[in-house]
Amino acid sequence: MAVSETRLSEKEGRGVSRGEPGGGLAVALWATLRRDLTLLMRRRGEVLNPLVFFALVITLFPIGISPDPQLLATIAPGLLWVAALLAALLSLDSLFRGDYDDGSLEQLMLTPQPLPMLAMAKVAVHWLMTGLPLALMAPILGIMLSLPAGSYLVLALSLALGTASLSLIGAIGAALTVGLSRGGVLLSLLVLPLYIPVLIFGAGSVQAAIVGDGVAAHLAILGALLALSLMLAPWAIAASLRISING
Amino acid sequence: MSLSLQARQLACERDDRWLFEDLDLDIRAGEIVRIEGPNGSGKTTLLKILSGQLADYQGELFWNGMPMRESRRAFLESLLYLGHAPGVKAALTPLENLTWYQALAGESDNEAARLAALESVGLVGYEDVAVGQLSAGQQRRVALARLALTPRPLWVLDEPFTAIDRDGVAALEERLIVHARAGGCVLVTTHHELRKTDELRRVQLGRGGQSHGGL
Amino acid sequence: MWAFINKLRSPKWFYAISAKLQPFFWVAAAGLILTGTVWGLAFAPADYQQGNSFRIIYVHVPAAFLAQSIFVSMAVAGLVYMVWKIKIADMAAAMMAPLGAAMTFVSLFSGAVWGVPTWGTWWMWDARLTSMLILLFLYLGVIALRGAFTSRDSASRAASVLAMVGVINIPIIKYSVDWWYTLHQPATFTITGRAAMPMEMWAPLLIMVLGFYSFFIALTLMRTRSEILRRESNKRWVRDLAGEMR
Repeated sequence: MAVSETRLSEKEGRGVSRGEPGGGLAVALWATLRRDLTLLMRRRGEVLNPLVFFALVITLFPIGISPDPQLLATIAPGLLWVAALLAALLSLDSLFRGDYDDGSLEQLMLTPQPLPMLAMAKVAVHWLMTGLPLALMAPILGIMLSLPAGSYLVLALSLALGTASLSLIGAIGAALTVGLSRGGVLLSLLVLPLYIPVLIFGAGSVQAAIVGDGVAAHLAILGALLALSLMLAPWAIAASLRISING
Repeated sequence: MSLSLQARQLACERDDRWLFEDLDLDIRAGEIVRIEGPNGSGKTTLLKILSGQLADYQGELFWNGMPMRESRRAFLESLLYLGHAPGVKAALTPLENLTWYQALAGESDNEAARLAALESVGLVGYEDVAVGQLSAGQQRRVALARLALTPRPLWVLDEPFTAIDRDGVAALEERLIVHARAGGCVLVTTHHELRKTDELRRVQLGRGGQSHGGL
Repeated sequence: MWAFINKLRSPKWFYAISAKLQPFFWVAAAGLILTGTVWGLAFAPADYQQGNSFRIIYVHVPAAFLAQSIFVSMAVAGLVYMVWKIKIADMAAAMMAPLGAAMTFVSLFSGAVWGVPTWGTWWMWDARLTSMLILLFLYLGVIALRGAFTSRDSASRAASVLAMVGVINIPIIKYSVDWWYTLHQPATFTITGRAAMPMEMWAPLLIMVLGFYSFFIALTLMRTRSEILRRESNKRWVRDLAGEMR
């Protein structure tokens, strides 16, 4: 750990002269994205667990209700959406927890970059590694529930759009509970009521596709919900993180 | 380079208990300020306030003569804070950890600087080992490598000597002095007895809100 | 405005002024609720379709109104606390949450009771009842979050943020549940479905609503006052007050 005086002062000068206002944010966002993706790739189980959970829950329903394809087809849109929603909830607790435990979260708040944006990078990773795979996997499970043809694309699309909102809204809850040692169950309690509009329009769009109604309106509302979440959630997440870090 | 961090009439109340009141502090370039006080006297809270993490205080903070609330960004660009937790990811290697910190500081990818920073804390040969496999002291050293990686004039260090061996402690202490002499400024809490030098100044936080700014 | 906000910073001032306001609201609450009850139960005409069972709206509707209003007031109090750091606002918000949850429950329960003669079942996934049920969960979330923190300052802030997030979502939830309901259910009775209600029916209802609001204000003032004493028990003016009483 020896250090020579000359090198330090030389570096000092460089650091002070290097004021980097504009481009710094993009660099920081990209690095945070890459870091979180790398972390998840090192622990692949955490990525796979929600998917396995999704498949398992879907398996439970035919066993618990009835294997009758007609019955399953009528309830399939709702089942798929509810199960995907719960699966997305599953990995939410770990969204900020690791960073909170090892002190990275403190450091994230002390960068000159705006915290709402940095939090968005983390939420984006959550969606990429949870919401998107769930959306891609849902059609396969749809086949198992004899989901009527013609609604598969809408199912995947509505889930991809909807889970983005779910990640954003859920991140508020995750940020509020990250300082609590057993925040997992509480997180579900806080977040699930807020998920209801997304569930209604998500499942509604699949149902509309089955009936043959236009799905554009549903998807547009899902998009509007996402836009609203994108506008408001980052600030709420940042405020909540600040509260949690000082608990 | 002149820098100054001033606190005027600083007071902090947490859950209806006054941690400290009427605290006046003047921290200038070339100083090592050690915050002292018994457990629970608010050392960490004071460091969090002085490093801009806690907005929940009364009184005024000034950074280079400007009110902190107006110069927050400039302040954060001059600050390096190390808290109780080292802030390094166990699943990443020391190099990867430093890459993130480099990017957060807005600096472009510079591997040579990262290697030099790791060398300065004696971690040559551990660049590509996951931090989780290193000892507690080595993990702390990864965090301390940031002192060399992202040069910032103001260092706020909360118990930086934790888990570090005797040689490391001596080197770190030397580094603090060098930093102060080069015109930097160090705010530190520690149970380790720091060597008495011209740069060192002590600030005592007492129990029950009795505190003395300055000497 | 600023002078008023600054005065609100002082729990002592609030404690004094609320002592004067409180009796007025208690009297108003008692008078209005009594009048409304007697009028509504004894004198208002029976509904031509539902008979006497409609009279439960004199409890159901005021409770439902109050349940929603309390959530909004709680969020406003949270905002005031976050922006101006006025502790009274947080104390009031903390006291409102259980009352709001109770009112939500009352409206749900009265809705269920009303459902027995009307729908022949205790529970229907009626749009209003469903929205109310979700509101109850939102209340429970705020209460649980506040209880989960060990530091009271953090608990207050977290509950404030959640209340604000909730209040933005309530209209969205309400709208989507209404939409969902019309999609799945043919139009059936709802408690307050029809717009045309004769004056003799809605006048007592209005009186009941006002009475419930007065009751809410009076109770919140009272509970906030005791919360002030509890939180400020180590302050000098509270000790002086305790000394005077002795």
